[in-house]
Amino acid sequence: MSAPKLAVFKLASCDGCQLTLLDCEDELLALAGTVEIAHFLEATSTVLPGPYDLSLVEGSITTAQDAERIRAIRANSRHLVTIGACATAGGIQALRNFADVDEFRRVVYAHPEYISTLATSTPVSAHVDVDFELRGCPVDKRQLIEVITAFLAGRKPDVPNHSVCFECKRRGTVCVTVAEGKPCLGPVTHAGCGALCPAYRRGCFGCFGPSGSVNLPALIPVLRRDGMDDDAVVRFLHTYNAAAFDKELTS
Amino acid sequence: MTHCGSRVLHVGSLSRVEGEGALSLHVHDGTVTAARLEIYEPPRFFEAFLRGRSYTEPPDITARVCGICPVAYQMSACAAIEDACGVTVDPVIRDLRRLLYCGEWIESQALHIYLLHAPDFLGRPSAIDLARTHRAEVERGLRLKKAGNSLMELLGGRAVHPVNVRLGGFHRAPSREELRPLREELKRALDDAWDTVRWVAGFEFPFAHTSADLLALAAPDTYAIESGTPTVLIADGTTESFPVAGFTDRVREMHVPHSTALHSRLDGRLHLTGSLARFAIGGRKLSPAAIEAAIEAGLGDPREGAVCRNPYRSILVRSVETLYAVEEALRIIDGYEPPARPYVDVPPVAGVGHGATEAPRGMLYHRYELTADGTVTSALMVPPTAQNQGAIEDDLLRLAQRAIGEHDPDDDALTALCERAIRNHDPCISCSTHFLDLKIVRTSGAIPDETSGGCDA
Repeated sequence: MSAPKLAVFKLASCDGCQLTLLDCEDELLALAGTVEIAHFLEATSTVLPGPYDLSLVEGSITTAQDAERIRAIRANSRHLVTIGACATAGGIQALRNFADVDEFRRVVYAHPEYISTLATSTPVSAHVDVDFELRGCPVDKRQLIEVITAFLAGRKPDVPNHSVCFECKRRGTVCVTVAEGKPCLGPVTHAGCGALCPAYRRGCFGCFGPSGSVNLPALIPVLRRDGMDDDAVVRFLHTYNAAAFDKELTS
Repeated sequence: MTHCGSRVLHVGSLSRVEGEGALSLHVHDGTVTAARLEIYEPPRFFEAFLRGRSYTEPPDITARVCGICPVAYQMSACAAIEDACGVTVDPVIRDLRRLLYCGEWIESQALHIYLLHAPDFLGRPSAIDLARTHRAEVERGLRLKKAGNSLMELLGGRAVHPVNVRLGGFHRAPSREELRPLREELKRALDDAWDTVRWVAGFEFPFAHTSADLLALAAPDTYAIESGTPTVLIADGTTESFPVAGFTDRVREMHVPHSTALHSRLDGRLHLTGSLARFAIGGRKLSPAAIEAAIEAGLGDPREGAVCRNPYRSILVRSVETLYAVEEALRIIDGYEPPARPYVDVPPVAGVGHGATEAPRGMLYHRYELTADGTVTSALMVPPTAQNQGAIEDDLLRLAQRAIGEHDPDDDALTALCERAIRNHDPCISCSTHFLDLKIVRTSGAIPDETSGGCDA
């Protein structure tokens, strides 16, 4: 039996999630011995045709060409897994969804007419069926390995959707909100990072997006109590997973 | 069969670069008439949506411009906003920032040397393929890269988009005990860095020469990383410095068609920033071991003004810089005493601030305008790859022309040569919000048809 074909694709993004795969220094060569890396432009000049057994997609859809491209990738992939906040929620570039993209174009570029872009940045799942969404800005290395391993073994990835609070408790970190009155999105944010920010004595800023059960009406008064005005609360929720948190905010 | 007439090539996308993009090469009757690096990775509009954000946010937000050099974005953002607010951080915080930056240098330079660049010198498609025959070397590269990541993970929380950086310093400063275990890994990395210098010194380097101005930060007593004064070595051998605040008076951005990158010129001339420029401007400030490594690698003695203008040999400079960054990290850890507070307060002040630091692939400039309550009203970032784009195109044109004149390469060989020429500069296309995809257009007499493929000679 030939080795399963792994492909990595990039849309609008910073490259950090696919770099996370190259950051698996201890596992990279072993992985390369298990799968055939058929398409991964950052890592290899070898490009093999599909169909691919597992395609990892980083980045959001912000152009008509990428909307076409993702359909072609889907058609060529047995399993399609999106990795990171851009691919799963539109990323920070989805802040355009709440603004006038033509005005954005004029601010950044001297010749806005050269720039072709959609008015919104949307997750891959808004365009094609996705087999699994791995959250994070960036994704967590251990979770990425778990997802790849699970798909290769034909099982469901063990990626719980509870909140960062669970990870904080498990890690034994003192709650930064309770002890220091720091605003923290941990109670509404998807676990996966290992509760990094509270361990560094800052509040979680939601880079893994909403958890499985979000209660913003309970959290927002706490954020207000800890010194945030309405604008600051909206800004806090409008960063790397703006579109996903905004859905919760307006629901 | 001859290839030197006119033909049109199109290659989908460049590999082993950070981000994705395109290039077109116009060959007319055997003469390369234009080489264009087309950066069309989708625009993400950072400079637009930063307006209205709080002045505390750009370090985290701008890190997302680039997953390869997030620390560079955090450091340039902090430098610019602290400049606007008139705050200077304590020396121990500066050291910690430099330590974090060393982590990014080690990781990013090792990534480029081993995973992206070395396969070109050994005629292989990837480091993974290279590992079949050079397993020990590739493992060494991964180990070195991991040492950089370990440093960023400890000090920053994670390697991509670290969480511990804030205006004025860090959210939490490590204890001496926490840093100690890194020493062992870094000592091993120092050996690996020496072996890297010796390994790449054995590669064969084709001839190339860039005559672009070389622009890097210069610092009074050290090899500039997290701060310094922009200094340019002009092709005629003269050197000139200007204040960071004068950056946009000297380096002008232009918007060209078919690109989401903004191209830059320094006083109207092509310039290059990155390892070659840093070595030329600050090489004499390297540590004794790094100077010895440079000499051993054949780069010459930087104390006597050695300058390397062959972009193929940039891998040598990167390996010397990696060794330097490992040594610096060890030096900072050895002398580290935790600060009383991990950050200094940075109260908002209405005004404009400028910051420039040395990302692994070159100088990264940020500028912010703030209101008195700390709202960002304008933001500007000039990434290294946008600055280098013109010099890269110039390099491509010369190398392609030379190759056509000397041995008339077929399309595949010319494509491979162009891709190599681009990789020499370690472009970061995500940074520039941009994309490369190789297109070679060869014509004879008639108007070039950029869409057809094949050879009509």
